[in-house]
Amino acid sequence: MFNVLEFMRRALRHRSFVVGGLLTTIMLGMAALSVFWTPYSPTAINVRKRLAGPSWDHWLGNDPFGRDVFSMILVGAQNSIVVGMIAVGIGMSIGTLLGLLAAAKRGWVEEIIMRLSDFTYAFPVILAAIMFAAILGPNSINSIIAIAIFNIPIFARVSRASANVIWARDFILAARAAGKGAVRITIEHVLPNILAVLVVQVTIQFALAILAEAALSYLGLGTQPPTPSWGRMLNEAQAMIFRAPSLVIFPGLAIVISVLGLNLLGDGLRDLTDPRLSRQR
Amino acid sequence: MPQFLLKRFLTLLATLFATSVIVFLVLEILPGDPALMLLGVDATDEQLASLREELGLNRPAFTRYVAWTLGLLQGDFGMSYSYKVPVAGLIVERLYLTYPLAINAMAITMLLALSLGIFAASRHNKLGDVLVMTLSQIGISIPSFWFGILLVLLFAVHLGWFAAGGFAGWSNPAAGYKSLLLPSLSLAVVQAAILTRITRSAVLEVLREDFVRTARAKGLTGGAILWGHVLRNALIPVITVAGLLFGALLTGAIVVEQVFSLPGLGRLVFQAISNRDIEVVKAVVILLAFTVVLVNFIVDLLYAAIDPRLKAADV
Repeated sequence: MFNVLEFMRRALRHRSFVVGGLLTTIMLGMAALSVFWTPYSPTAINVRKRLAGPSWDHWLGNDPFGRDVFSMILVGAQNSIVVGMIAVGIGMSIGTLLGLLAAAKRGWVEEIIMRLSDFTYAFPVILAAIMFAAILGPNSINSIIAIAIFNIPIFARVSRASANVIWARDFILAARAAGKGAVRITIEHVLPNILAVLVVQVTIQFALAILAEAALSYLGLGTQPPTPSWGRMLNEAQAMIFRAPSLVIFPGLAIVISVLGLNLLGDGLRDLTDPRLSRQR
Repeated sequence: MPQFLLKRFLTLLATLFATSVIVFLVLEILPGDPALMLLGVDATDEQLASLREELGLNRPAFTRYVAWTLGLLQGDFGMSYSYKVPVAGLIVERLYLTYPLAINAMAITMLLALSLGIFAASRHNKLGDVLVMTLSQIGISIPSFWFGILLVLLFAVHLGWFAAGGFAGWSNPAAGYKSLLLPSLSLAVVQAAILTRITRSAVLEVLREDFVRTARAKGLTGGAILWGHVLRNALIPVITVAGLLFGALLTGAIVVEQVFSLPGLGRLVFQAISNRDIEVVKAVVILLAFTVVLVNFIVDLLYAAIDPRLKAADV
């Protein structure tokens, strides 16, 4: 069975897992902290402090409306995480279901599901978001839908490929001989065996979702004011780039730290859960 | 070979057809009543009826779809509701910006990725490799629009070498290219970070093959093996991924256009969204989606040309 202690021992020696885990913890910590406490209200406008640089009172300075940048970044983490979690969650659930179905049924079902997921590459996230923003109006719901749709074929493909490998194993044959049906085999044997692959994929897709959400809210298609979001902050800061250049730095750094952390964590998890891969490197 | 071409061509047609159906469904059928969407809930019944008449919404959906696609085939993208001019004209003006931007960014991406990827593979596990891999890990995590803003900060705000945005036009090609240089770079650096890793691992993979050992045994030098044998084989995965990245690059171009206030397809479509000009949105989306599909088709043909095995095999 899976040995937690042994895994932790190996994990703590894996550099990108440790660094990635640390950065991800910082991001999650920021978001969690902001639920209970921020230095100032992220929406409180203070005209006298407009575009004030970093100081003891306001660590990262104030934005064009005099709002506290540090507080906004903390709350922005919440926004990124919520959008990412819902979007990747939907994409993973539907995608994995389709992938498992394809692997269990084979034949024309598999063919249709895979052709469909091949063809969705015609709609990159931004394009899908443009379509939904045009009919739903710009808000975070349409960025969630667009990111979720983008994730479905990815999880369908990954889960089908790994499920096919499991279905070819001898113990599945044994389970069949014991009279188990396709649904039961999928739930009891296939799913637990592809879980590690899915966890790795979720981590990486989460990173991509944060990037996509930032781009969409930068464009004004995603999260709307006054909810603070990193992309939107960059949009507002860019207009002030000659007067307050430092404002374009911090929200961008927050994005990079979160995405880098998740990417490293994903790489680390992949190495740790797939011994074959780590030996190749 | 003809059979391979025919099969790929049929797949292309099916994909284009499916793409047009999806765009039509999402933008024409899902919203329910486009006339209501345009005029808002305060509109009177007469206003709604006359707009429906004007937009041709009284016809059944199937007829509208057929009319729309037949128009597309003849280069007719319909009339813009907010500009009151044919959409095709609006798009053509902006294509001269968005496509050169995406193509220029792709060229820089390939140049950076191939040279850095090959360099890293040839220094496998040495300092150069580690350095390139670390940089690419960070590059993958940077949003291209933020990288663009940083370039503006450095080259426009601090150094004053470039304008902070705007397009100089193609009447002076050098000036036009200069205004696309920073936008291309901000797109390319991020995409190159992904492609560098693919190039590196593809080259490393091929280096382990038997025929490379044979070439070494024949007494060929490292350079001759790399350029003569390894690269051609390593190109297959690189080109596949480059094709897939093109979609990200083209839509990335739309985002980066906003950073540098370039009057391209991006600005057109975002204005159309706030004006609720669905006809324009539909046209831009279908054009970009078709471009992505076509580029992937060309990539398919390209790697058949590189790897003759693929022509025969059923892939």
